[in-house]
Formats: sequence, structure tokens, C-alpha cells
Amino acid sequence: MSKYLRFLIPLAIFIALVAFLAAGLKLDPREVPSPLIGKPAPDFALTRLDQPALTIRRADLLGQVWMLNVWASWCTACREEHPVLLDFARRRLVPVYGLNYKDQRAAGLRWLANSGDPYESSLFDPDGRVGIDWGVYGVPETFVIDRAGVVRYKHIGPLTPEVLRDRIEPLLRQLHG
Amino acid sequence: MAKFLLPLLLGLLAACAHANEAAPAAADPALEARMTRITSELRCLVCQNQTIADSQSGLASDLRQEVRELLQRGQNEQQIVDYMTARYGDFVLYRPPLKATTVLLWFGPAALLLGGVFTLILVLRRRSKLADDQFEADPEPDASPADEAR
Repeated sequence: MSKYLRFLIPLAIFIALVAFLAAGLKLDPREVPSPLIGKPAPDFALTRLDQPALTIRRADLLGQVWMLNVWASWCTACREEHPVLLDFARRRLVPVYGLNYKDQRAAGLRWLANSGDPYESSLFDPDGRVGIDWGVYGVPETFVIDRAGVVRYKHIGPLTPEVLRDRIEPLLRQLHG
Repeated sequence: MAKFLLPLLLGLLAACAHANEAAPAAADPALEARMTRITSELRCLVCQNQTIADSQSGLASDLRQEVRELLQRGQNEQQIVDYMTARYGDFVLYRPPLKATTVLLWFGPAALLLGGVFTLILVLRRRSKLADDQFEADPEPDASPADEAR
């Protein structure tokens, strides 16, 4: 018995170590879990990127499921995401609002004119204040908000067809159902 | 060429100037010191191995400004830390709170050390009970390799 233990204990420790290291390899340290999930979406009142005279507030969007996509004309990862987002928006599953984060109005509008506008409308957040309230730390980021105004999901980094298909679309079906 | 380059350089210069933080340190040294103390305990989310106090990232500079304003509004340190964790989670804290999910983090190293000490004691005890002939004999201090071969 003790003869076996001599080998089994180190083996067990080794396997546990490998399991921890393997799990550690898969974790992305850049993906910080958002404390906002399950909490009411932070309040905001921002002007529309294309119409500075019009203000959109959190309360205006209550009663519908919607998505918020944080973007900026200076953000290179957004370029990678853009075709995916355009494709998704074309399917009209959910209104996608943009949060134009720490950008300039002219630059943002030019970017949308050149590469296509997937957004219902974009909210203009030049100083990033609303971004801070939403815990934004890397652009692009995407949030799903339910009818009651509660944040249900957050994706950090560019959206991929896989994330949309496997995570966001099932959630939207559940929220709409 | 120069016709294009000059406005470009000027534009860059303007962008750099714009990137500088408002409210210079000299404005209120006491406030600045409090702000630095608080932000040195907070992790910057953009460059994760730096504190918000140290980081040059745009977000860190915005957050420093935010902390200044919160302090000016009379918020205390705990309220500011709560403000940060409400937005970015416990991840921003360089001293994570003790919770069910962080028990391993807090006590794991101590548990490993205790386990090591315990194992060492066990091994040493067992060894001290062994008879002398179970051990390899110590070599004679002055024995030359030639003597050993004989």
C-alpha cells in the first residue's frame, strides 16, 4: 500500500499542478469580469453623434432589449469587428446603439460614412465619462441590456461570429421570449 | 511635401498638448497627494501591471482626474474605492478583499508552506529512527581517491 502511495501522491500532485496550469493558460487576463452584469445599466444622457441637438437617455431605451457597442474612429480593433457588426445589424435581431468613446464628432461621423453605420444611433461621449460609468477599459466592448434596463452580458474585444452565435443570440432569444 | 508635413506635425503637437492632464499638481499639493495615495492602490485596466497613479494610459489619466473631482466633492477614500469597484470589480484593487472566492488567494501560499514544513518534519522524523547502516557512510575527510580504490 505505502509502496503505491509513494508514487501515487507525487503523481496526483503533478496532475493537479498540470490542471491548474492548463486552466491558467486558457484564462485571458485582459477579460476582467464586469461587476455590472445583473445590475441596472448606468444612467446616461448623451447627444446623438449625428444630431448634437438630440439627447438620448437611459430611460428612453427602457422596455426593449438593446445592445450597446463601444467604438471609436481611432480604435483599430473596431475595424476588425466592423464587418461582423454590420452583418449582425442587418439581421435586425436587436437595436444596436453605439457609444462613440473619446472621439471627435467629425472623425466619428467620417468613419461611419466611410465604413458603414450598423447603429440605430450613436451616443457621443467625448470625455469618456459615460464610458467610465460603464466600466469601459478597452474598445470595442459590447453590452446586452434587457427590457428592465439590466445589463445581462458584456463582451470585451472585437465581436466574432462565434460569440454572436454562441453567446449573444441565445441570450437575445431568451430575453425576447 | 513640407506643405503637408507642417500641419501634420502641428496637429500632432496639438494632440499631445491636448493629452496632458488638466489641474496641474501645483494647484493643490494636498489634493494631489491624496489622489496619488488612492490611485497607487488601484490597478490600471489598460496596462494591468501598473497602478492608476503610474500609468500613462488615457483611461488612467481620466480616472486620476475623476478621483481628484471626487475628492473635491468631499468623498472619502472608501467611497472612491467603492466607486471604482462598482465599475471595474475587485480586479482594480491591489489588495483584494477577503471573500469566499479569494480564500485560496489569501491563504493558499501559507497552506502550501505549512504543508511543506509538515512533510519536512515527517521525513526528518522517519529518518532519525532509521539505523545507522541504512545510510551511506560518510567519506573519510582525508581519504584520497587512491585509498578508496584499494
